Amino acid sequence: MTITDETIDYVGILAKLELSDEEKARAKKDMSDMLDYVGKLNELDTDGVEPMSHTFSINNVMREDVVTNGDDRENMLLNAPEAKDGAYVVPKTFN
Amino acid sequence: MSKEYETVIGLEVHVELNTKTKIFCGCSTAFGGEVNEHTCPVCTGMPGSLPVLNKEVVNKAIAVGLATNCDITRNCKFDRKNYFYPDNPQNYQISQLYYPICRNGYVEIETEEFGKKKVGIHEIHMEEDAGKLVHDEFMDCSLVDFNRSGVPLIEIVSEPDMRSAEEVIAYLDKLRLIIQYLGASDCKLNEGSMRADVNLSIREKGAAEFGTRTEMKNLNSFKAIARAIENEKERQIDIIESGEKVVQETRRWDDNKEYSYAMRSKEDAQDYRYFPDPDLVPIVIDDAWLERIKADQPELRDEKRIRYKDEFELPEYDIDIITGSKKMADLFEETIGKGANPKKVSNWLMVETMRLLKEHDMDADDISFSADNLAKLIALTDSKAINSSVAKEVFEHIFAENIDPDKYVEEHGLKTVNDEGALRETIIKIIADNPQSVADYKGGKEKAIGFLVGQTMKAMKGKAEPGMVNQILKEELAK
Repeated sequence: MTITDETIDYVGILAKLELSDEEKARAKKDMSDMLDYVGKLNELDTDGVEPMSHTFSINNVMREDVVTNGDDRENMLLNAPEAKDGAYVVPKTFN
Repeated sequence: MSKEYETVIGLEVHVELNTKTKIFCGCSTAFGGEVNEHTCPVCTGMPGSLPVLNKEVVNKAIAVGLATNCDITRNCKFDRKNYFYPDNPQNYQISQLYYPICRNGYVEIETEEFGKKKVGIHEIHMEEDAGKLVHDEFMDCSLVDFNRSGVPLIEIVSEPDMRSAEEVIAYLDKLRLIIQYLGASDCKLNEGSMRADVNLSIREKGAAEFGTRTEMKNLNSFKAIARAIENEKERQIDIIESGEKVVQETRRWDDNKEYSYAMRSKEDAQDYRYFPDPDLVPIVIDDAWLERIKADQPELRDEKRIRYKDEFELPEYDIDIITGSKKMADLFEETIGKGANPKKVSNWLMVETMRLLKEHDMDADDISFSADNLAKLIALTDSKAINSSVAKEVFEHIFAENIDPDKYVEEHGLKTVNDEGALRETIIKIIADNPQSVADYKGGKEKAIGFLVGQTMKAMKGKAEPGMVNQILKEELAK
């Protein structure tokens, strides 16, 4: 399957990636290979087969509505690249 | 305006469900905690963390679906909606696209302009809320609080069935009351537990095709919604009249300036690349589960209205007001449950309560007095222990501070004086002190007795029973 330059640019925008021409060429080939690989499935006749989202037959994994987590924000904030006043610092963002 | 236009409106309503914990983790949903107090690896999107569905979210979503005449999807799933925004730490929101839990419902609304009508509900899906961004004035950055991240939401998507702001408000009010009665959310627009996005387009009256629609966000009150709809309708008509085309976009309403602006985002590709969430297995809702929820459905407003009419014979207007707030309906029923006469309870709610609410610029939801104290007050008037003007005075204290009327009346010595001897003595004195009024009365001016009643009540410090005062006065005057 051929991937066009437009598709690579568009995927780059969606993924917020800036790719060099060289990287784009490589990504194009990789993506094309992957789609060919998965495309194999299209050779099968799937008429009348229900779409499947999970490979194991487990349903209804749920929890009761009970608070089990306490205040662990000291530890949680250790994951933040930068923190201030108990909050995660991110580049300036407008709503 | 040369042509006649029709406004076509559909709504996306987000409602925060009032579960104790978040939708996919055991963090509390309590409002007003310290920044990031209620967070864990799941709701901050840490790699390797595993979401586990809160069963109560499904229960409440089914309850809302049943109450809005939806089909319940017996085999439903969660999907990932992919987008980048700092309030969304996973870079995707867990939502439902392919198999939303409820579909094909409707609610009935009534407006003056269009009368009774059904507004279709396309679907209701479950999803997680995002965190909150605060912009730091001093550092050139934004701060993220994930306390709200993972709070359960249902999104109720209507069909484009509404034609005016009045219909939109009737629809929202209907949803609010249904959900409040179900106890699934408090649905407060101004606090964000209910949020409405308005999709609006214009077309020539009678046209079969829809026009291009815009989506309006940031509507925090019924009034803002009505203003935004009027404004957007005019804006689109102006564009069409000038021969231009409406652009499909999301706009943000500024209620202070009363205008909206396009929310522009660079590279605004609305391509969410939804796919089934592999971390969450399907939910299968069997008959037993559905029956359980059906059996637990409380009496909703429409049913209450019919019952109040049959059982209590209240006027329709009073029923509308009382059932127009779950808080008030609960208070009404609870007070009756304590033995008070329904008409008297209704009267206290309709007259004094409504007057005080208006005076203090409060909603029925803000009522803080107990059914117990209202029932006691009614008992005090029934037994004629206090007269009606004292009762009104006591009620003001019940309304404001939820005082116990029995104690209050006792402590302030407000009980009606039923000692006939003492009352007669006072009246004889009043008659002696007011010869002019007595002469007027005897001369045929019946009204003069009113003055004497007033003087007696004053002398008794308001604690006499007016009927008894009247009777004794007449007896004494006849002598």
